Amino acid sequence: MTIRVRFFASLRERVGRAEAELPAAGLDTVAAVWALASDDLALPGNTLAAVNMEYVGFDAVVSDGDEVAFFPPVTGGGQ
Amino acid sequence: MKIELLGEGFAPYALLAEFEQGLAAGRYGASCSFVGSMRDFNQGDDVAEMELEHYPGMTERFLQRIADDAADHWGALDGLIVHRHGTVMPGDPIVLIGVWSAHRGAAFEACRFMIEELKHQAPFWKRETVGNASRWVEGNTSG
Repeated sequence: MTIRVRFFASLRERVGRAEAELPAAGLDTVAAVWALASDDLALPGNTLAAVNMEYVGFDAVVSDGDEVAFFPPVTGGGQ
Repeated sequence: MKIELLGEGFAPYALLAEFEQGLAAGRYGASCSFVGSMRDFNQGDDVAEMELEHYPGMTERFLQRIADDAADHWGALDGLIVHRHGTVMPGDPIVLIGVWSAHRGAAFEACRFMIEELKHQAPFWKRETVGNASRWVEGNTSG
């Protein structure tokens, strides 16, 4: 009964870890997952979130077994 | 439509030629490609190398979706997206987009669509080394 949390790039460094496993009980939204997984770190304004590898807003609902990811704006491709 | 994520350097024009050999001769009247490479400068600084991070699973999903969206929208289209991850040096190719279609309009437009969608949606992040320090690249260039 857990939610897997992943952090990428500058956000991983800011939070200080790449991933976390949280008990799903009581976690209803992406925002709540961020608060618990980051120890209530202030959320950088441009942070993106994904649930099960799809972009979502921070009010999106999470449920048991979900993978929730947080990361900064993406910068792929050539330069 | 084919996508590929590579942890090592690649030869974009050899990959284009190889892919084209697998297509039915005569079916495509136009092809268009884009190759994005690493610069040795950014924001006024010399850049020695770059680390390209991605989100395994989500990155592939979005590359495939972008390729499939292009095929759906322009029709009668085949193509490929190849993207690097890991340590990249100046001059190294980072991304290759290749598109084959019946007419030139679809080839040009689909190629532009795919690289722009990739830059805005595919989860990749760049960390560049400048002198003895490294920094995250915060956003895309305007193109």
